[in-house]
Amino acid sequence: MSKYMVNLKINNTPIQVEEGTTILDAARRLNFRIPTLCNHPDLSVAGNCRVCVVEVKGARLLAASCATPVSEGMEVNTNSEKVRIARKHIVELLLSEHNADCTKCFKNGHCELQELASEYRFGDHIFIDLVKVKDKVLDISSPSITKDSSKCIRCQRCVRTCTELQSVSALAVINKGDHQTISTFLNKPLNDVVCTNCGQCINRCPTGALYERNYIEDVWHAIYDPNKFVVVETAPATRVALGEDLGIDTGQRVTGKMVAALRKMGFNKVLDTDFTADLTIMEEGTELLTRLKKAIVDKDDTVRLPMMTSCSPGWVKYQEHMYPEMIENLSSCKSPQQMFGALAKTYYADKINIKAENMVVVSIMPCTAKKFECNRPEMRDSGFKDVDYVLTTRELAMMIKQAGIEFDKLEDEQYDSTLGESTGAAVIFGTTGGVMEAALRTAYEIITGNEVPFTNLNIQPVRGMEGVKEASIKIKNTKPEWNFLEGVELNVAVAHGLANAKALMDAVKSGGTKYHFIEVMGCPGGCIGGGGQPIPTSAEIRKRRAEAIYAEDMGKPIRKSHENPEVAEVYKDYLTLPLGHKSHELLHTHYKVRKRY
Amino acid sequence: MEQKPLKKIDIIFGWDEKCTPIQVVEKTVKKTADSIILDMIDSGLKGRGGAGFPTGLKWKFCRNEEAEIKYVICNADEGEPGTFKDREILDRVPEKIFSGMTICGFVIGACEGYMYVRGEYNFMLKTLQQKIDIFNKQLQGLKIDFQIFLRSGSGAYVCGEESALFESMEGHRGEPRNKPPYPTVAGYNGKPTVINNVETLVYTSEICRMGPEQFKALGTQDSRGSKVFSVSGDTPIAGIYELELGMPLKDFVDEFGDGDTKAIQVGGASGFCVPRKKFNDTIIGFEGIPTGGSMMIFNSSRSMYNVLHDYLEFFTEESCGQCTPCRIGCQQLLKGIESVKKGERPPTYLDNLKRLTATMKIAAKCGLGQSVANPFTSIVDNFREEIIY
Repeated sequence: MSKYMVNLKINNTPIQVEEGTTILDAARRLNFRIPTLCNHPDLSVAGNCRVCVVEVKGARLLAASCATPVSEGMEVNTNSEKVRIARKHIVELLLSEHNADCTKCFKNGHCELQELASEYRFGDHIFIDLVKVKDKVLDISSPSITKDSSKCIRCQRCVRTCTELQSVSALAVINKGDHQTISTFLNKPLNDVVCTNCGQCINRCPTGALYERNYIEDVWHAIYDPNKFVVVETAPATRVALGEDLGIDTGQRVTGKMVAALRKMGFNKVLDTDFTADLTIMEEGTELLTRLKKAIVDKDDTVRLPMMTSCSPGWVKYQEHMYPEMIENLSSCKSPQQMFGALAKTYYADKINIKAENMVVVSIMPCTAKKFECNRPEMRDSGFKDVDYVLTTRELAMMIKQAGIEFDKLEDEQYDSTLGESTGAAVIFGTTGGVMEAALRTAYEIITGNEVPFTNLNIQPVRGMEGVKEASIKIKNTKPEWNFLEGVELNVAVAHGLANAKALMDAVKSGGTKYHFIEVMGCPGGCIGGGGQPIPTSAEIRKRRAEAIYAEDMGKPIRKSHENPEVAEVYKDYLTLPLGHKSHELLHTHYKVRKRY
Repeated sequence: MEQKPLKKIDIIFGWDEKCTPIQVVEKTVKKTADSIILDMIDSGLKGRGGAGFPTGLKWKFCRNEEAEIKYVICNADEGEPGTFKDREILDRVPEKIFSGMTICGFVIGACEGYMYVRGEYNFMLKTLQQKIDIFNKQLQGLKIDFQIFLRSGSGAYVCGEESALFESMEGHRGEPRNKPPYPTVAGYNGKPTVINNVETLVYTSEICRMGPEQFKALGTQDSRGSKVFSVSGDTPIAGIYELELGMPLKDFVDEFGDGDTKAIQVGGASGFCVPRKKFNDTIIGFEGIPTGGSMMIFNSSRSMYNVLHDYLEFFTEESCGQCTPCRIGCQQLLKGIESVKKGERPPTYLDNLKRLTATMKIAAKCGLGQSVANPFTSIVDNFREEIIY
């Protein structure tokens, strides 16, 4: 159906917009800012906070501009006296229900309610404080997410995120009236429900009601401890987003500055999770080929295909809860973060002659689920907790500020060597489709001895922000040992965001799909849109971060994981070969069936 | 202002053996849908749930929507404090409701009708279902493609709000939706839907039975016909009464009061409180004070502070909680009058609260939050000293 154009006036300025446009969007086009709280570009329209009300000439009621479509001849006033009074009342009401201990709040300075309050400057608190004492008790049960109900303004952005984007529904609205609140199934603590720790709710919470469980003080303590050797690893997606929290434009890569800052902060070695991303490709690629061989040549019907990636701990936990019958499809490979920890406290500790018990491994992640992952009981294969602390990109930005480092003035520095070298294939782990692309670049070359048949190695079909992507590559001219794959059409699929993952899993479960390998990232856009990344987030912001990731890949001299010289070295000196005995011990894991309720 | 003397009417509960509800259906479906709509518009019937939207227009809007599936819903979520007339209708003449629903379905082009009955009326479900089964069979016998189904609410007041009712029927939390779209465009399951109050549907059937003239001969220009009132409080003769619309409140008090009437809350908790001094010039009808039928009579032994306090407690609890003005506004009003009563805040704080209700009236998402201003301002304005001292 073709769209009609609608003429209206906003604050006496005429504008023509497409039918169906909201008043809010039309006003934005005219650069009239209307404040919002419950509105978020990634979510459905709720219209419940009412902060965005405007006056429409002739209407008895004010209209929620986020939820009201324009109509022909409409005359809108975004700042009439009625609107101003109502908006002020609404913000003031929210403040009366909000535990406004702003200076002590983790989100101080990053709170949308605080911003609105500072705009209106409420000197005279006319309303009665309604914060309930029981709400001031924090839920710190989760190693990833802290929930502070006393800060909640009931905008339901978290609930919509958890349901619409993630299909998890760990958070829901319960009760009504003055008892209405956001809670979990049977009001259980967050660590005891289906929460995948993805942290997408945090990215969209306008206040301090949801934020990461932070380990800033623990990490500083370790750095200051002269008996501790503190090693830091940085995930691919952090380097394209950290700058946003430190006054640098969205989409700018800050890899070198980040390394410099970490060194200035006092970390003993600054290493890269990208290294173990390359290693993951070696292990996971080999695992895929092994599964294919077992299925095709040995006709072993116990082999589970399609194989699914396991780097995203939110996705892994989702699978454990929601599709426990498919956990064997998950690759047994640990995530790059955990491979790093296991190797750091064994191979690397030996190599640099540091006792593993004195080593502290800190990882900088775009992710909150990684905090959960490092605490999984399976993740102690070095004999110690493989990764001690996980910090989000946001926490790192805070620490850089605390350390008094002027980030934008830093000169670029390089990662330390051994577990520090990486390829372009590892960098793209940070965005949806990246693991798949990296795996294909390597696997295809292992099988055929030739590069993947895509211009500049860029496997376009698995790139981009479509929810579920598919690609097929016909394998031609195999090496003799892989001739059982000659002519085979390798079918792959990529999903990001758990709602898309659900759609893909349901399709796989119902049969009729012919995938061999599936990449799933728990967060929209992959790690660049992770729950630990700078706030705000939107499709546009994620797109710019993804572009930066691909630019970093193009700029790398080596762009295929199997060509990483340090990876070759670690196999030569320590692991011997992918899926070897040592690899199994340190780099692979198993999964746990979890209940939904 | 045009007014009518108090007059008891017997349309709703009357029974015409020569033209039973199913016979009304049989007779009416021989007409064209457009002529039925014209009759409805001509009768001047307005919704009896309280908001008073012209029924004929609602049917017309829905008929004009192009869709394969449409629905008729009978709103029997009678939750307004002081209202109990639908219960009586459901109990005594449910066939008339079914008849109205069927005629509506015929007019708009719907094959399914749902009756959403409030959770507290669950004791009626069994009997209602039996009567629905009989009626459905009769419809099949007449080869009329319409069937009625029964749904039960779970006890939330807000689910009487039409869009919250749809949400509840769809299995979601009972929270009102954003409007537009209105139900006639996208209602239950997103399909064009006519949702009418129990009493409204009975009148549609009765108008089809007796013709619009007889109906519109009753009442005033803006308030045609009669209406069923739930009379409660300080009255020796509490109960259900069908009265012609347009009477002055004074007539009503003379008939139902106990001789010591101080105020009447017209329209339930969300309606208006009228003090004795205004009885003479208050008309019951859309030109005066519209009502869903609740008439609560208070005599001089009642504290209007307690009355308001009860209402505010009710709204504080029954707000769905999603929108800010209603969820927090109700709590502030309740705590606010408590604080003034205790002397913690000055009497002028009531003016702050009145300004807040003005915001709630225009900024809340649905009728619940919008109408809290009605009891608040009418009680505070007329009985200010009782609130303060």
